[in-house]
Order: sequence, then C-alpha cells, then structure tokens
Amino acid sequence: MKKIEIIQKEIIDEFNLFDDWMQRYEYMIDLGKSIPTIDPKNKNDKNIINGCQSKVWVHAELKENKVLYTADSDAIITKGIIALLLRVFSNQHPRDILLADTSFIDKIGLKEHLSPTRANGLLSMVKQLKMYAVAYQTQVK
Amino acid sequence: MIDINKIRKDFPILNRKINGNRLIYFDNAATSQTPSVVVEEIANYYYNYNSNIHRGVHSLSQEATEAYEKSRKIIQSNFNAKYNHEIIFTSGSTHGINLVASGYAHLLKKGDEIILSAMEHHSNIVPWQMLCEKTGAKLKVAPMNSDGVLIMEEYNKMCNKNTKLVVISHVSNALGTINPIKSILSIAHSNNAVVLIDGAQAAPHIKIDVQDLDIDFYVVSGHKLMGPTGVGVLYGKEKLLKLLPPYQGGGEMIDQVTFEKTTYAGLPHKFEAGTPNIAGGIAMGKAVEYINEIGYEAIAQYENTLLRYATSELLKIEGLKIYGESENKTAVISFNIKSIHPYDIGTILDKLGIAVRTGHHCAQPIMDFFEIPGTIRVSFSFYNTKEEIDFMVNSIKRAKSMLG
Repeated sequence: MKKIEIIQKEIIDEFNLFDDWMQRYEYMIDLGKSIPTIDPKNKNDKNIINGCQSKVWVHAELKENKVLYTADSDAIITKGIIALLLRVFSNQHPRDILLADTSFIDKIGLKEHLSPTRANGLLSMVKQLKMYAVAYQTQVK
Repeated sequence: MIDINKIRKDFPILNRKINGNRLIYFDNAATSQTPSVVVEEIANYYYNYNSNIHRGVHSLSQEATEAYEKSRKIIQSNFNAKYNHEIIFTSGSTHGINLVASGYAHLLKKGDEIILSAMEHHSNIVPWQMLCEKTGAKLKVAPMNSDGVLIMEEYNKMCNKNTKLVVISHVSNALGTINPIKSILSIAHSNNAVVLIDGAQAAPHIKIDVQDLDIDFYVVSGHKLMGPTGVGVLYGKEKLLKLLPPYQGGGEMIDQVTFEKTTYAGLPHKFEAGTPNIAGGIAMGKAVEYINEIGYEAIAQYENTLLRYATSELLKIEGLKIYGESENKTAVISFNIKSIHPYDIGTILDKLGIAVRTGHHCAQPIMDFFEIPGTIRVSFSFYNTKEEIDFMVNSIKRAKSMLG
C-alpha cells in the first residue's frame, strides 16, 4: 500500500493540472459520483457525523491491521471530498492515519472547506476518521 | 419610486468581489447590508462622544444619553408606540423573546396553554418550550397547509380560555409567508390571550403600527433592518411590561439598592440592566430613519417586483420546486431542484459570488413538514436588481448542469 504522503502528493499533482475552480469542482463532483457506496446497513444513525449541513455517514472496520473506511453523503460535493479523504486514509495502518497531516486539502484549493464554521463539516469528517484510528490502534499487533 | 443607482451607492459592500465575481447579496433575510449613514453614525459615536449613558454628569455622557434616547423616540414613532418607555432595547429578536418568556414564568401555571405556529424559527420555539418546562404549561402547534399558509380555522379551534399566550412570526424566515396577524390578534384577544409577534423578518419590509393593530409584544432585530448586529427592540404594551419582573439584575435597572432590598427602576430601564450597546442603539435609530426616507411603500413595491420576477424566472428551471407559495409573501424564495442537495447548489453559487442561504434556516420543523433536508433560500432587498436575479438564474442553471 502506498504511503499516505505519497497519495497526498499525487492528489496535489492532479489538482495542479486544473486551471480554475470550475474544473476542480467538476472533478470533485465526478469523484463524488464514483465513490463506492457504503453498505446500506452501515448507513445508520450511529454512523452519522454531526456538524454537517449535508448528511455524512462513515463506517470503519479493521482488516489485517488496516482501517477500511466506507462513507456516503447526500450532497455530491461533500461526497467528492469524502472520496479524496478515503483515498488518503482508507486501507492504512491506524498509527499512520493518526500521524498524517491534512494540509493537502489546503494545497488543492479547497481551503474554504476547512473553516470550522463551514457547514459541510470537513473538519468533523477528518476528526471522525482519526477517532476510528485511535480506537483501532489499541487492537493492532 | 426607488432610485436604484442612488441607493446602491449607499452600500459600498455591494462593490466587493467574491471569488473574482461581483458580490450578489441575496441573503438579506439573515442579515441586511448596512448603509454608509449607519456605519458613519457608529463611527461618529466612538470618535466624538463615546461615554456611558444615564450616569455621568459630564457633557459627553449627556450627549450619548440624548442620542440614545432620541433613537428610542425614532423607533417609537416608526412603530407608533404610545409611549417611548414601551420600546426596550435588546440585543436582538431572540433576546426580546427570551425576556418575555422568562417573565411569564411567574405568570403561568399548569394547565395554561401557549399556541405557536408550525412555521416558527427555533428562537420562537425553544424559549417557549423552556417556559413550559418551568411552569407545566402546554405548548400547542397551529398547523399550516402545503402552500406554507396557516390554517386559520385551527386557530379558532385551538384558542380557548386556557390559552394565555399566542406566539407567531409576522413573516416566516424560511418561507416568506406574511401571516395574518390581525386575525390572530383578534382570535387571541377574544380569549384574553396575549400575543407576541416575532417581527424580525417583517420589520424591514412592512410598516407596523402597534396601536392600530393592538399588538401586545413585538420583537425586531437591528441587523435585519439596515442596522448593526447585537441590537434590537422589544415593544410591549405598558401594562403588560409592568407585569413582567426584571430579566437581568445589574446597574441601570435599579431604583434603590441596599443589601436588604432593591427596588427596581421603571420602564424601560427595568429591562435594560448594565451598559447597553449604545452605538448600536443609536445606529439602529439612524437605520430606521434611512428606511423611512426611502419609504416602506416604495420598498414593498420594488421588492415585490423582484419577488414576482425571480419566482417566474426560477420556475422556468426544470425540476425546481418553491416552498412557500402564499399569495402574501415578502421577497423570500425557498426552493430545491429535484435530486440535487441544496448544499451543492449553494457551494457553486458562492464560487460565482452569489450569497444565498442553504440548510434548514433554523426552522427544522418546517423542513420536516415538507420532508426535505433543507432548501436554498434567496431573499431580496431594495438594493438588489433584476440583472442580479438574471445572473443568479443563469448560475443555477450552470450549477444544475454540473451537478445533474
């Protein structure tokens, strides 16, 4: 599995190809449409992240010492952001998830989504992904 | 008649660029923009006579007190209140509602009933729920129909001798519906119930005469009325305000204080403990004057033209549904586009420089009623234009093709 920093670098390079915000958002919308959807049974109230204007569900499980995330949202741009986050964090060791920084979001021009007041709750999503990693770290060898 | 070019010059913020585009501000129902004369009034206070009111013997304090009390009179006259002490300065509508709700904790008992409507803002729901918890009074909800219009027959059925309070928004913030407050007042008063009207959304658009309408309590917010944030007004009939105990203890609201007993000041000071938002209060008076110079009638006529135009242009977009289709509306349009989340549209519009509100608009029960997660809400003011509406409609089409 590629290291988190390498995936982040790849995403930054991809976004550098875009000339303007329209292209970035079109790309995110495409990502949002292509995200592997969450198992319906995991799309429950327990997995809802609070603090989002759109609904976001995140489910996590530990497999071979790696955290596998699945997620969904009812808003497509939010789904695109989730797709990026999952590409970075899913299928990684909990320790690496905890240590990872999230400055790539700023670097790809989505800084506005990082504001704590922003209703899509990107920060809440990152926090939730890391919370799962904290929980699973105690279970890995 | 509205001289749009002249008016737009009063609002320098309208020249701002957002994400490289000229700002189009369609979130007036959340906060209206502030004209230069109001901003200058605030600056003038701090530059020239900043000091505490009602206390100092010195000249600055007297000037500040005079300006503050002059503002109270301007607001009194705007709402045609009988006495200037019926105008209580607050921090905004929410504060005004809480002040009254808190006072009624001493006046209600188990078995009493409060009626509110199905289209209230959270700030006109939660304080009454808290009051019911304290007193054992019961909250009843008057329903609306699918057009977002109150079902008046239900008011007639619900209102009875147990009804002590009827609380209602003059205009719904999420739907724009102008509620028939005259009928509601009449039904409530015939049952000896007191009515509190949340005028936050109405005061910028509709001229209100509290005596003519026989209004008991009316609350407004300065920042929706071309004024600054953090200031508002509670109007209350003198005899009703006298029944309420003070809301907060502190300076300004006292008559005599000893460690054994404190006697309270009369109206309005009884409810104005501590140093108020002096600059805000003075500026709110200026804002009310500014609106009156343009004239409520001209404003209503102009905004109604924008409303009709935007409604018909928006409805040309396939799959677009408007929530709140009352005949009587302020210039607010809440809508969704089939299978697209309001948040997605709002995000794209923001990239194009258009400020709209998305979400539940602090009125979750309304969203539950329509079984939707939220809406996109556009709300116009007299400084907006048809050209801006055209740009918005085209931008929505663009967003729709990106998201669809």
